[in-house]
Amino acid sequence: MSDAVETTVETVETLHGCPVVSSRGQRVILVSRENYVATVKALLADGYDMCVDLTGVDYLGMPTRTVGAGIQPERFEVVVNLLSLTQRDRLRLRVQVPESDAGLPSLFDLHPGTEAHERETYDMFGITFTGHPDMTRILMPEDWDGHPLRKDYDQGSIPVQFKGSHS
Amino acid sequence: MSTIISAGTNEGGQELRSRSELSAKELFREVGAVLRLSEAEAAKLAEVQTEAPEDQTMIINMGPQHPSTHGVLRLMLELQGETVLRCKPIIGYLHTGMEKTGESLTYMQGGTNVTRMDYLSPLNNELVFSLAVEKLLGIDGDIPERAVWMRMLLSELNRMSSHLLFLATNGMDIGAVSMMLYGWREREEVLRFFQKVTGLRMNHNFIRPGGLAADLPAGWRDDVLEILDNLPSRLEEYDILMTGQPIWRDRLQGVGAITAREAMALGATGPILRSTGVPWDLRREMPYLKYDEVEFDVIVGQHGDAYDRYAIRFNEIRESMRIVYQILDRMPSGDYRIQNKKVTPPPRARIDESMEALIHHFKIFTEGFKVPEGEVYVAIESPRGEIGCYIVSDGSSTPYRMHMRAPSFVNIQALPHMMRGGLVADAVAVISSVDPVLGEVDR
Repeated sequence: MSDAVETTVETVETLHGCPVVSSRGQRVILVSRENYVATVKALLADGYDMCVDLTGVDYLGMPTRTVGAGIQPERFEVVVNLLSLTQRDRLRLRVQVPESDAGLPSLFDLHPGTEAHERETYDMFGITFTGHPDMTRILMPEDWDGHPLRKDYDQGSIPVQFKGSHS
Repeated sequence: MSTIISAGTNEGGQELRSRSELSAKELFREVGAVLRLSEAEAAKLAEVQTEAPEDQTMIINMGPQHPSTHGVLRLMLELQGETVLRCKPIIGYLHTGMEKTGESLTYMQGGTNVTRMDYLSPLNNELVFSLAVEKLLGIDGDIPERAVWMRMLLSELNRMSSHLLFLATNGMDIGAVSMMLYGWREREEVLRFFQKVTGLRMNHNFIRPGGLAADLPAGWRDDVLEILDNLPSRLEEYDILMTGQPIWRDRLQGVGAITAREAMALGATGPILRSTGVPWDLRREMPYLKYDEVEFDVIVGQHGDAYDRYAIRFNEIRESMRIVYQILDRMPSGDYRIQNKKVTPPPRARIDESMEALIHHFKIFTEGFKVPEGEVYVAIESPRGEIGCYIVSDGSSTPYRMHMRAPSFVNIQALPHMMRGGLVADAVAVISSVDPVLGEVDR
């Protein structure tokens, strides 16, 4: 199979025990849930001192996609963009998050700036971040049902909910 | 998770709760969270929190309709007298699901969506979106020279218009109302140029994947030169009007100070990070377009206060003008978009004579073009900081996921930190100095 050939080629480079792949010339490190915080911590020590972005992706419509490096794809993925100011380098982390247990440990203690991003990811995808100090919705009203950026959340086919409305 | 859940909600409260409702431990945790402090940092605050007797503080809402909150930012402030103890920004009033909308628009239509996010620098939004799509398509190296320089011209003029508006609103927030009129006037001159080039004052959808929508109109050079000729003397007037004035300095100096380490921990970029003394500008550090070929200085502050942020933006207008002069000298001739049949519609004249061209044109604007599977993150320096675009493609003609890393969204996280221990009156100056655009915060 062509997939098998690709994976053997891709897993040449590893960083802190995690495979590093290339996506359009950008370095992406594929991290497991268990190593997630430890890897970010090690990368922080390596000089990746800023977490510029954290977001989620719902791969409901692409169940057979290949993540690379033999990683088992799951429904959700959390994508973290790290930036090193001293090395002028970016590194992207991709973490597979299964639908059955959609959660990750929070990066809040390492990068307090992820606070809003993690709340947004929770709000939009329903991925909870354990250890986050204020895991509430951030963009949607607090009594909103569902998580809008999930792929099984229909666009425009639900009655519009307004807080305190009569209908 | 806290056990207290506000009435009628199923997800827990987003609001700042009063001290009397919280146990000491919960308060400790919440103060740390609200101020975006990690556990270790929050521990240092332990003695500060118990200072305020619980019946002497007041929680007050500022916004979302407050004129100095730049749109619909709502701040819950806990006050003891005039002093801000805690502050929690509550956002989402302008949330319209633009990232979800982006998933159903083709790459060709996506520009109309992203341009509305940061409505004060729409061209930068389009630019980062286009750069991301081009990277996914693998054509990022083939964009014609003229298109690249045109993009730089528009991006820098947009930076000027955005910073001029900052001067206007910053002046208004602090009480220099005449500055508001001057700032809007100057910005209008830049917008008039945009209108001539793109047809619209804002929300242009002019920078598109593959290049630009049209070439620069005849006489554009004179229009740009007119803007550049008028501006320096006016900037000097504003310098006299504000920079040296004792009242202006008293209102801004030392207000909302933040250190470099804090700014980096909070993910703050742009003028906020530079005001703390970190010379981080993506145009210089990770050059995109042709920024490595033009000369400009990165303006850096040293105190991290509202005054430094004002001075940085003020001088960035001058640096942008310097860049625009160099662009005028070096603007090459040539094509304004890539001649790649896959992404570029055929020229208008061909449509009248060729059936194939008509079909091709129709297909590009209805179906769009297919983008190979993959994911990229591209970031550029917008007037407010790092604006990034993360796109996942599943091989179809619409993005599978389109995420914007909005600088304002991240920067307002620094507000509680900047305001803590300051006065309510300074809160206005602090919001203004962060210069958030709520369209981008809420997306």
